[in-house]
Amino acid sequence: MKPDGVSGVKPEPLTNPWLSGLLIGIVGLYIALLLGIPVVNIFYQAFREGIPAFLHRLTERELLSALRLTVLTALVVVPLNTFFGLCAALAIAHRRFPGRALLLSLIDLPFSISPVVAGLMLVLIFGRQGWLGSWNLRVIFAFPGIVLATAFITLPFVAREVLPVLEEAGTDQEEAAKTLGATPWQIFWRITLPNIRWGLLYGVILTNARAMGEFGAVAVVSGNIIGRTQTLPLFVEDAYRSYATASAYAAAVVLSLLAVVTLVAKEVMERGSHSRRVF
Amino acid sequence: MGITIEGVSKRFGEFQALHPTDLTIPTGSLVALLGPSGSGKSTLLRLIAGLEKPDTGRIFLTGRDATHASVQERNIGFVFQHYALFKHMTVRQNIAFGLEIRKASRAEIQARVDELLELVQLSGFGDRYPSQLSGGQRQRVALARALAVEPQVLLLDEPFGALDAKVRKELRKWLRRLHDEVHVTTVFVTHDQEEAMEVADQIVVMNQGRIEQVGSPAEIYDHPATPFVMSFIGPVNELSPRSQLSCQLPEVQTGPHQLFLRPHDVQIEVNPGSSGVSARVKEIIHLGREIQAELVLSDGGSLWAHLSREQYANQPLQVGQQVYVRPKVVKAFPVKKNDKKTEMTRVPVGA
Repeated sequence: MKPDGVSGVKPEPLTNPWLSGLLIGIVGLYIALLLGIPVVNIFYQAFREGIPAFLHRLTERELLSALRLTVLTALVVVPLNTFFGLCAALAIAHRRFPGRALLLSLIDLPFSISPVVAGLMLVLIFGRQGWLGSWNLRVIFAFPGIVLATAFITLPFVAREVLPVLEEAGTDQEEAAKTLGATPWQIFWRITLPNIRWGLLYGVILTNARAMGEFGAVAVVSGNIIGRTQTLPLFVEDAYRSYATASAYAAAVVLSLLAVVTLVAKEVMERGSHSRRVF
Repeated sequence: MGITIEGVSKRFGEFQALHPTDLTIPTGSLVALLGPSGSGKSTLLRLIAGLEKPDTGRIFLTGRDATHASVQERNIGFVFQHYALFKHMTVRQNIAFGLEIRKASRAEIQARVDELLELVQLSGFGDRYPSQLSGGQRQRVALARALAVEPQVLLLDEPFGALDAKVRKELRKWLRRLHDEVHVTTVFVTHDQEEAMEVADQIVVMNQGRIEQVGSPAEIYDHPATPFVMSFIGPVNELSPRSQLSCQLPEVQTGPHQLFLRPHDVQIEVNPGSSGVSARVKEIIHLGREIQAELVLSDGGSLWAHLSREQYANQPLQVGQQVYVRPKVVKAFPVKKNDKKTEMTRVPVGA
């Protein structure tokens, strides 16, 4: 008896070596131009004056402060949007309610709005001349503003990654668990969450990457006050503009390494899962 | 007192999935809910399980009013068409799930899972994941998982629907044997009349949200209560009342009737002297254990006939040959005026 599931279907290898060579060549060249050369260049420039000089740049007070702010922002935004994205995906996938389609398109809104406009919207609400300006909330040019802007920009990732997984899995497994006596809480922790964990993890990683890298929206709301509301991407730009290119490259390397760490973390976790089970 | 359903109905938006329905399923029996898609059979099953809430009526499980009980409280076993196994758990973990929820001890779970793996003939497969099993194996795991919690009622929704023909046949026999061993009140949904006849003690034939007939496989086949049951269970020819074959029948004289003739109740003779209605052989199809002939009557109507292999060997037919047909048994159902139901169940000849 052979399994009738979807697993085990592998694409036929390309038989024409010229064609496969050409395809791989095109992709390789494109990636090298867009990604490879710039990244290598950043590392080259950062380390050009040697490792001690690089380390010295890293310990600059402004850079450290920017790094702290960026990590802090991610630490607040990622859990916030993970929770919200999970709620939104569960609601859209498993419930039928009025406004469901609207919610679905609203979640996508941050993808289609320019980050600068997103930042501006916050300024128009919380800024001194804004709707809530008279309340004197310290949002704009402060940490809450940076968090709000970043949360807005990274809103879609978790919901968008989790939703297709939920829809593909259907509600059969949840119903089966119900007939076996499981409470909604048990069903969520023991069935739903394990089923969506890779989609969720990927969404979290994307959210984190974007939260740490966001420039436009944060630039508008933060005021870019050095040592206080300057995140790492803002620091890079600021350093570059004031001809402190070495500092700019050092900070860029830190940002790239943060991205690499998240990707490696994802890879390690996926490997772990593969060795335990066959898909 | 297995399952009692009183006046239960269910509507999804504009669609009346189940009209008010009464049904009693005796303890320990194996019952099939049989009908075409949209007949309300799955809805009825899901209502019994508590996966849907009835709009009206009451549901009793083993004598207890379970109308407002949650799915979790009903202590049922449910098997889904597409298995619904927990993909991230091994076979063993799947089967143990219900027992863990009930906080059984480790030793108890271990023993029960071993016992069930043996029952479903998957003893060596406990550490596999569902994706490593064939369809038939997955469905047996789903059954073991449902049986693990010792349900008062076992409900199966098209349990063999996603399997290929051979595995299906094996699993049917196996379900029958399993039921003889375990004796749990079992209700399964199917659209396959052969499956229902082979497995069930009692068949509930459903159509358009209503029960058409309840009876043993033999009763349903030999004494269909409605034209729908007649045409849904087994192949039939529907005869026009004006057809040469039916105009002499006594029923036709008394009022409008729907007339059905089973293909194996068509007698074919080749002798020109016989009293039958003349017809021409249009097509001959070998179905394996019988031969199907399509006949065109001299009045233009067409008719399917089934011949056994011996009959065919004794009296071979050729396409284009002139034959004489006589109906052995015609089943007649009086047509009530304004009876929409009867009209809607009209099926093309040979269906």
